[in-house]
Formats: sequence, C-alpha cells, structure tokens
Amino acid sequence: MSKDPRVVKEELIQIYPKKLRQKRSEQIVVTEHREDGSVPEIKANVRSSPGIITQRGCTYAGCKGVVIGPSRDILSIVHGPIGCSFYAWLTRRNQTRPATLDDQNFITYCLSTDMQEENIVFGGEKKLKEAVREAFKLFNPKAIAIFSTCPVGLIGDDVHAVARDMKAELGINVFGFSCEGYRGVSQSAGHHIANNGVFKHIIGNNETPHEEKFKVNMLGEYNIGGDGFVLEDLLARCGIKQIATFSGNSTYDTMANAHTADLNIVMCHRSINYVAQMMETRFGIPWMKVNFIGAEASAKSLRRIAEYFEDAELSARVEQVIAEEMPAVEAKRAEVKARCQGKTAMLFVGGSRAHHYQMLFSEMGMKTIAAGYEFGHRDDYEGRKILPGLKVDADSRNIEEITVVPDPELYRARRTPEQVAKLEAMTELEFRDYIGMMPEMDDDVLVIDDLSHHETERLLEIYKPDIFCAGIKEKFGVQKMGIPCKQLHSYDYGGPYAGFRGAINFYHDIDRMVNMKIWSFVNPPWQPQAEQLKEVAAD
Amino acid sequence: MARRSIAIYGKGGIGKSTTTQNTVAALAEAGKKIMVVGCDPKADSTRLLLGGLAQKTVLDTLRDEGDEVDLDEVLRPGYGGVHCTESGGPEPGVGCAGRGIITSINLLEQLGAYETDLDYVFYDVLGDVVCGGFAMPMREGKAQEIYIVCSGEMMAMYAANNISKGIVKFAQAGGVRLGGIICNSRKVDNELEMISEFARQLGTQMIHFVPRDNDVQRAEINRKTVIEWRPECKQADEYRALARAIDQNKLFVVPTPLEISSLEKLLIDFGLVDDVSSSKEVVA
Repeated sequence: MSKDPRVVKEELIQIYPKKLRQKRSEQIVVTEHREDGSVPEIKANVRSSPGIITQRGCTYAGCKGVVIGPSRDILSIVHGPIGCSFYAWLTRRNQTRPATLDDQNFITYCLSTDMQEENIVFGGEKKLKEAVREAFKLFNPKAIAIFSTCPVGLIGDDVHAVARDMKAELGINVFGFSCEGYRGVSQSAGHHIANNGVFKHIIGNNETPHEEKFKVNMLGEYNIGGDGFVLEDLLARCGIKQIATFSGNSTYDTMANAHTADLNIVMCHRSINYVAQMMETRFGIPWMKVNFIGAEASAKSLRRIAEYFEDAELSARVEQVIAEEMPAVEAKRAEVKARCQGKTAMLFVGGSRAHHYQMLFSEMGMKTIAAGYEFGHRDDYEGRKILPGLKVDADSRNIEEITVVPDPELYRARRTPEQVAKLEAMTELEFRDYIGMMPEMDDDVLVIDDLSHHETERLLEIYKPDIFCAGIKEKFGVQKMGIPCKQLHSYDYGGPYAGFRGAINFYHDIDRMVNMKIWSFVNPPWQPQAEQLKEVAAD
Repeated sequence: MARRSIAIYGKGGIGKSTTTQNTVAALAEAGKKIMVVGCDPKADSTRLLLGGLAQKTVLDTLRDEGDEVDLDEVLRPGYGGVHCTESGGPEPGVGCAGRGIITSINLLEQLGAYETDLDYVFYDVLGDVVCGGFAMPMREGKAQEIYIVCSGEMMAMYAANNISKGIVKFAQAGGVRLGGIICNSRKVDNELEMISEFARQLGTQMIHFVPRDNDVQRAEINRKTVIEWRPECKQADEYRALARAIDQNKLFVVPTPLEISSLEKLLIDFGLVDDVSSSKEVVA
C-alpha cells in the first residue's frame, strides 16, 4: 500500500459518489511551500456532507460550551429541552479557581428552561422569564446569559426581548444569544455569535483603572485541564498584568474591564479573533497571535509580548523566567526523546489545536504525518493573508456582522501608526496576523478539513501512526484499531499542557501512550488478525 | 360499517369549514354518528354545528388544567349529535401551531374520544399543508381519506395540486388516499368542466360541484348550516348530494400531481378560451 500522500488522497476519496468526491478532493490537500510563499488552497468551513460522520459540533456548542461557558460567574441559562443543557454540563474540563471561597462560581451548575411540548406550541418566552427570575433569586449573579437551542429559533421565541425586559426588571446584565444549533456549518458559527455578544454586552462596562505597566488580555484560552492557571502564573512572574481572559476561569467584571489593557494576545485564533479585531477598532488595542503550546513556542510568545512593549526590564524578566523554566523541560525532553524520536502523530482537532500541538510533538522528536481542523476556516490553514479574497457564503450570512466604530470616549490608540507599521514588518511577530497551520508544516503531508470516519479508518490502516489526536467521539473507534488516541479537547484526564510545565506533562503523557505495549494486544490471540480476516474474506 | 376518517384540505378561504360542516350536517341528518376535529388555531371549524357556541379548545384546556382534562370539557355535542372539538393553538406569530395539532390529536386519543361508536371522524385542516404539523392527520394515519376543496381559481388549483403532492408522500408510508375534489364554485368560466378535467388528471374525480348560493352566507349569519337553517332549500340538497357521494365513494387513489406547465395549460384550455391570442403569449 503506497504511503505517498497524493496516492493516499485518491484512496481516501475513491469510495465517494462523484459530487462528494469532488468536494472532498478540495478539502484534502498535500502541503507544499511554493516559491511565491503561498501554500495550497483548501476548502474549509463548508457544510459537512450527509452520511460521512463528521467530528463537528453545533453552533450552540460553540457559543455556550466553548466561549461563554468557561467563565465562572456569568450564570448560563439554556432555553430549550433539557438534553442540550444536560449533555453540555461540565463536559469540557474548563477549570475554575475563585479568589476566595465566598466568590461566586457557577461552573458546576446546569440551568435549563426544560422546555415542554406546551412551550413549543404556545411559545416559551414566559417560561424563560420565570427561569431568569428564579435563577436570579437563587444565585444573585452579576450577569445572566441566555442560550437558544434549535426549537427556540423554529418557534420564534425572542430571547433578546426577554433579556432586555429582565435586565430592566432585575437591574443586572442579562443578554441572549441566537445560537441555535443549526445556524452554522459547525461550532465555529457559535464562536462568532458569542464574540458578538461578549463585545456588545460585556466589554467596556467596568472602568476600574490599573497602574501596571504591561497590561494584556488573554484571548482564546479556556483553561482546559488548568492550562490557564499555568499561563496566569507565567505572565505574573514576567511582570505582565493579565486583565481578562476570554474566557477560562474568567469573571464578568474582568471581561467588562478588558478595554483597559494595552495588548490582546490571541491563543485560539478561530474562536476569538472577532473580539480581538472589534476591540482594536473600538478601543485602539492591537492584537497579536501567540501560542503557549510547546516550550519553544511559549518562550517565543513571551518574547513577542516583550517585543511589543519595547521595555528592556520586561525583556530581562522574560528571559529570566524562560531560563528558570527550561532546565526541567530539557531534562524531561531528553528522557522522552530517547523513546519517542521518529514516532508519528496525526492531529484532527479544533480550529487551532491541530496546529499548536504539532510544536509539542516536534519538540519530542515526533513527526506529524497528517493534520486538519474540525471547524477551522481557510485562514486558519493558509493564514490571514488570504482573507481579502475570501467570499462570504450563504451560511456565514446567518451570523450577525456588527459594525464597529471607535468609541468617542474610550478609544485610545495604544501604538502610533509608525509603531504599528514597524511591528507589522517584524516577521518574527504575528502582529495583527495569524500565519496559519500549513506554512509551519513540512512538505508532503496530508491536510484534511472536516475529516470523516471513513477517512479516519483508512488513514490509520495506511499509515499506522503511533498516536492519533482527536476528541471523545473518535477516541474509542481509533483505539479499537490498536492505536492510542489522545483527546485534545478535554486532555482525557490529563493536563495542563500549556506553558513550560504543561510541556513536561505532555511529554510524560504522550511517552506513556506511544510506548505502551498494550496497543499491540488489541486483537486477542483467539481472534484472527486483520490481515488473516481479509484472506478469509477473499477465499 | 368500519369507521371512516376523513380530512378536508384546501387553500385558505376556499370554504373548507363551511363545506365540512354542511356535509357533516347532511350525514348527521341521515343518521350517521360523527366527530369533527377542527385543526385550525382560529378554532372556527365547528361554529355552525354548535350554533356559534364558543368552544374551549383542547390546547387551552390542556394549558389550564394540566393533565387532568376530561373529555366532556373539550368535546361538545352539536347539531344532530355531532361531537365537536377544536384543537386550537397559539396566537399568531408565537409558538408552533403545527405541533399543537399533533399534541391535541394525541390527547383526544388518550382521552378516548375515538373509542365511541362513530361512523365518521372529520378533520378540518388549516389552509395549505405548510409544515409537518398540519400534515399530522394524514401523516400518522389518523385520516385515511382526503377530500380537497377547490374552485376554478388558479391559486386554489395550485394549492390542491400541492396538497396532492403531500398525499403522495404519505400514501407511500401509510394508507392515506385521495377520495376526490370538491368543487366549491366561484363562478369561474367553465369551472365544472375544468375541475372535472383537473380531477381526472390527478387520477381522481370531482366528487361534487357545489354551486355558489347566498343561502350559505345567510345560514352562516344565523350561525347554522343550511341543513339546519333551511332544510328545504336547494343548497341543502347540494350538500346532501355531496354527503351521499362521500358516503358511497369507492374511488380512493394515490394522486398523480400535475407539472406546473400542465396546470397552466389546463387553465388556458378551459379558463381563457375567449382570449386565445394572449394565452398563447403566456405559454410562449
């Protein structure tokens, strides 16, 4: 069986009917760095085809589950039948740590209007209002977020009108999201809808000033497995004040105060870039892409932040922190590299993770032999430079585009146009830019958008990677084929994996998985091996 | 005789409720035991049978009483002992009326409304089949026979053709069949011939041609069917004839809906005969 990626691509799609084969052939590309600096074009953020078994989630999952849910003191109420809320309850391992025991923390709660047939027939707005009042009485939150599930859009309940009424009645911030599951081709639409809501209803409401010299917001960091705790500690030791995080372990007040920062650093570009851009327009805060997944990437990201602030003292502290962290990283790396060098990985996850985690694998001496996103867009693969040529499709028109103008009172350009031009010219920074996944990959590697179940099985059979990274829906199917599967949404039971300490954890966990002998015993001795089975079938 | 379940569909405003109630009154007059289930959120499908009596709908009762609904709260006896019930539904622009119909028919079944000794159940369904909920009576085999009320007006025929498409879809899964087209005349040119031909092309029959007669309006003002209001009038006999035709009907088919071009040709052939030149332009 050929392992040539171009041959494999044909092998993956040959079973499909003609139209689907054509579509998938545009969603599967083989990496190459062309002379003009471009990478191949990939079709992404388009509808999944019926029957292919996609990895994707729904718009509601992206809005509630990913972006707003990780915040600890915004009370989330899901308007809909109970399942949408119940099955999104604590499933993402977003960790929280309130400053004191008395601080509010709603992460463990699951609130739903539990819509019944009667509410579908006669409309559910009254029940939603009652739910908001009841939740307010029970929890006394600073803010309540209302999330729409599919039936809400079908019957036309106006969650925004309910939110307005309740805001007036209760005197707290109440806002709704039209994030019905069917609104987009994937959870990505939900991220955008959540970004719009956060920007319209939260940011700018808290004027508390801060004296610190270096103030940033961390965008697109959701504190899965405690990643955010590692990064909070890291930035604090460098002397960088983290005003707000969007949105792991965040609070309403810190998000409302985010406009007092001087730089937005963006981890997950896909889920949060809209907030970054809107904040720059309205408040004058520039943004920069960073990546704290991988020790080398973390060091690079800290240096980028120091570069932005142009401060010798900050640079010195950053170098000192890196120097403090690296010995332990290097010791662990040397240990695992001896066992992991040359092993192979596949990553099909997220809208950033499939990119970021390649850094960690390469630090261990492992090679990424295929990768792709569940819900990424073309710019996540090819870089933001392709954005001007990107057409807005019908599905994206489902999402509100908000027009942002500089705030007459709060706008303050943090950098002069000359400084901005200088920062943009520095190639080692991704200032107001994301270069995308493919430019950082080797040539001749398969990149596949919205991987299907059939393609997963074929890839595993053909390449037999040492590890496959995806989510819970793929995990056990993959492992039944004798290949360990690491969940890079929830980290299984592990983490944190961000920053330097996280890298050590990751080396440790992956070393155990790829060197575990048990995977060679997946087929029990009394069951013929796969090859033999095929021979039997051929006879 | 086995009980027959009949649903009446047709374009909004075509006279479904009036036709249904007058036909039901004629059947009741002939001694049949009947239940009428109004499937329109406006809840006006049984007004003439009940003498204008405001009837609390199934869904309103369900909302007020919870699960403790008694059948006699939602089922009222009307003219000739006809059992009358209205599904009801939300106010316009709110909720899902289609789902409401499903809910209320399920409740009627649960309450045993169908367990009595009935010869006929009539479902009077809102307008066109706009969504899955309004297809409920034919979708889940609640109704086995469909009659479509139609006139010689283009949009009425267009709607009838669309409803036929719905019947085809559900006929494949269940036993629902088209029993015929009821022509409720609007005094369109060649209406009788055109609807007869339309019905033939659909694979069915025009089961009766109900002429236009102001006695229907007069009876309605008196909140009665013509059968009850003036049993001896000519229009009452028309409804009796329709009732008899339905009672004796043996022709139940899976319809063959027309292509739009065939439908237009039909209108031109019958409706616009006097103006052949302009109709040729339309076809071109």
